[in-house]
Amino acid sequence: MSMPFYVSPEQLMKDRADFARKGIARGRSVVVVQYADGLLFASENPSQALHKVSEIYDRIAFAAVGRYNEFENLRIAGVRLADMRGYAYDRRDVTGRGLANAYAQTLGTIFSSGGEKPYEVELFVGEIGDAPADDQLYRLTYDGQVADEHGYAVMGGAADVIGTYLEEHYVEGAALADAVRLAVASLGHTESTDRAISADDLEVAVLDRTRAQPRKFMRLRAARLQEILGDQLAAPAETPPAEAPADAPPADQPPADEPPIAPPA
Amino acid sequence: MTDPRLPAAFLQPGTSSFSDFLAEQAPDLLPGRRTVPQGLAPGHAADLAPHGTTIVAATFTGGVVMAGDRRATMGNIIAQRDIEKVFPADEFSAVGIAGTAGIAVEMVRLFQTELEHYEKIEGTTLSMDGKANRLAALIRGNLAMAMQGLSVVPLFAGFDLTADQGRIFSYDLTGGRYEETAFHSVGSGSLFARGSLKKLYRPDLTETDCVTAVVQALYDAADDDSATGGPDLTRRIFPVVQVITADGGRRLADDDVAAIADQVIAGRMIRPDGPAAPLVEGGVA
Repeated sequence: MSMPFYVSPEQLMKDRADFARKGIARGRSVVVVQYADGLLFASENPSQALHKVSEIYDRIAFAAVGRYNEFENLRIAGVRLADMRGYAYDRRDVTGRGLANAYAQTLGTIFSSGGEKPYEVELFVGEIGDAPADDQLYRLTYDGQVADEHGYAVMGGAADVIGTYLEEHYVEGAALADAVRLAVASLGHTESTDRAISADDLEVAVLDRTRAQPRKFMRLRAARLQEILGDQLAAPAETPPAEAPADAPPADQPPADEPPIAPPA
Repeated sequence: MTDPRLPAAFLQPGTSSFSDFLAEQAPDLLPGRRTVPQGLAPGHAADLAPHGTTIVAATFTGGVVMAGDRRATMGNIIAQRDIEKVFPADEFSAVGIAGTAGIAVEMVRLFQTELEHYEKIEGTTLSMDGKANRLAALIRGNLAMAMQGLSVVPLFAGFDLTADQGRIFSYDLTGGRYEETAFHSVGSGSLFARGSLKKLYRPDLTETDCVTAVVQALYDAADDDSATGGPDLTRRIFPVVQVITADGGRRLADDDVAAIADQVIAGRMIRPDGPAAPLVEGGVA
């Protein structure tokens, strides 16, 4: 009663972080899988117009979870920054690292400034190089932290469950079709059951270094996904047996590398 | 940029036009915002900067072809003999430039970024007319420089997926936009190229025939206009040819253009004025 206005900085930051985490955990997850020819982004997203995965520049893509209006603003800002830099300098001078840094600074400032509500978003900034070893994947959290991810990464609502699934099934240097199957299977994976997601409800895009055009970003439309996922969609019953033995091990080896995203309380 | 954060203006929803955004945030990057120093006689600046010359475009069933010669001139000097003046604007369109090369190349870069920027922000491409109008707006921004003699007159062509046909647009200095049917040409040799295409063009040309027709037209332009470069046989420099169909645009490989140019030249060895057209419709050539 004596000090009603004092809130300790720790408590303030914790409250803000809890607030942001709750908002993020409400959304569906986005998965990124590195495959032989680049990076694959996948999300369950029934909307054909409101994208979670988008092109930023020639070799750079953006994926986000959380509040649409907030990450849409960040996406547009990224496109503007990239296009302006590419126009003022050269196309090769636009880098994913520069973009990730700008996002990190922006999110970090907003998070720690008292005046604004923290953004309830998490972002992926992916950039492909000439070889798989040069691919970069940055994961940015609501408070402006940047993590460098390798191989695969996931963020959003069920990130921990999906992350465990990916950890068990991820194979380095997979072909596109295998990467799509893995990503979609992981999105449909939950602790209790595995469900098949309809091709119409999927948003899948790749940064494909084998594309002839300078712009390497390409969306995989429903028809193409249907082709790749054919059996996975038609016979979802086949998937669980394959995973049943794989589901057992995590009991003794807990998911270690997954960055801390609190599941909804 | 000392502040690594994204500037507030970047985060504000608003325009999906890159050139409008640039006009607000970094107007010095726009090609039309410079001023020519006072005291120069109008037109004088034109002699100091390289000029691009002839561009031709023609439609065929299922697409459109655009080609440009390779010469840039500065007064009586040939400034460059292998300049490229035809560029892809996006996947389904191309832009060719005549006029002050420096400003024109910058304008093409801005136009390419403009189309790509819109596509990324809006998630869809501009309509063919929308693209043509954006280019008109960029030319209009250069009016002050054009009045000093530093003009840019592009030719814009592309495949309209909605109308399922190739379309060609020409422009004037003030940004006036005019849709052309069948074929068109801009630049110093354009009168000769257009006259040539009048006699050679038929709406039922195949893609290869259409490329041959525009290479013939460029040959005729170079034949009568000193600023247009003909095929350079010693250095093997041939026109830049861009072909756009429903599958997208591509630049023809140099070897393919060289093969067509060699055919054209072989024909001219026999008849230097090029293929003869029938005197009356239906007559035999």
